Amino acid sequence: MSLNETDKAVVRDVWAKISKSSDAIGTDAVGRLLTVYPQSKIYFSHWADLSPGSGPVAAHGKKVMKGIGLAVSKIDNLTDGLLDLSEKHAFQMRVDPANYKLLNHCILVVIASMHPKEFTPEAHCALDKFLTALALALSEKYR
Amino acid sequence: MVEWTDFERATIQDIFSKINYEVVGPAALSRCLVVYPWTQRYFGNFGNLYNAAAIASNPLVAKHGTTILHGLDRALKNMDNIKETYSELSVLHSEKLHVDPDNFKLLSDCLTIVLAAQMGKDFTADVQGAFQKFLSVVVSALGRQYH
Repeated sequence: MSLNETDKAVVRDVWAKISKSSDAIGTDAVGRLLTVYPQSKIYFSHWADLSPGSGPVAAHGKKVMKGIGLAVSKIDNLTDGLLDLSEKHAFQMRVDPANYKLLNHCILVVIASMHPKEFTPEAHCALDKFLTALALALSEKYR
Repeated sequence: MVEWTDFERATIQDIFSKINYEVVGPAALSRCLVVYPWTQRYFGNFGNLYNAAAIASNPLVAKHGTTILHGLDRALKNMDNIKETYSELSVLHSEKLHVDPDNFKLLSDCLTIVLAAQMGKDFTADVQGAFQKFLSVVVSALGRQYH
């Protein structure tokens, strides 16, 4: 299920349209992750406030979307492009890769709610493929 | 037995009282067929599913999408016994339709996204949580009679 040229074009196109609201998207997505999948909270036990829209949640949402922006720019070779982030997630943070699927879903839900017209089934498909490939690249260094 | 909070019960009833089954059902099913094309395996006799436009305008897809969404009405009316309520449908999906139960989750995700697109800001994290919990209970009940 690798990304073809059409997928990449769609991803770049959608990202161009939504990237100005990327902070808001990130905050909302991380907030939803913690609410809808409470098991994900274990990775953030060091935060003072885990409620949606809180400082730490917003800051982390921003970080996540920065990573996604990076991935869009490295879309032709996600594995190499995300090597550093993969090492961080594998060795420092030790995030169970199952969680990437959960966050991906939340990101898609947020994009759907904020940009319903752009989020056509075709755009949804390309983005889902992209986020799945991103998660795979992020898991590259795990074992 | 599944425990529902008052918020969850109210949220689920509210969502279903407001949705247009003939719009949301077809939108969810056609989205599923586009985003997860392997799900098309179950609709070999539906005619043209060649591309997203064909799927979106296919009347059999639309009809079936509506049927599926109305299938959730049973859970709506029997929230305290969803397991038993879907026992027959579970057998049907397993023994007659031979649907991989993983597909139920794929369709659920598409339904969640269609709802998010429709409700926008009103589809808050808590509403999403309640809705996804409801769908996951139905999905679990639908998978129970697979052997």
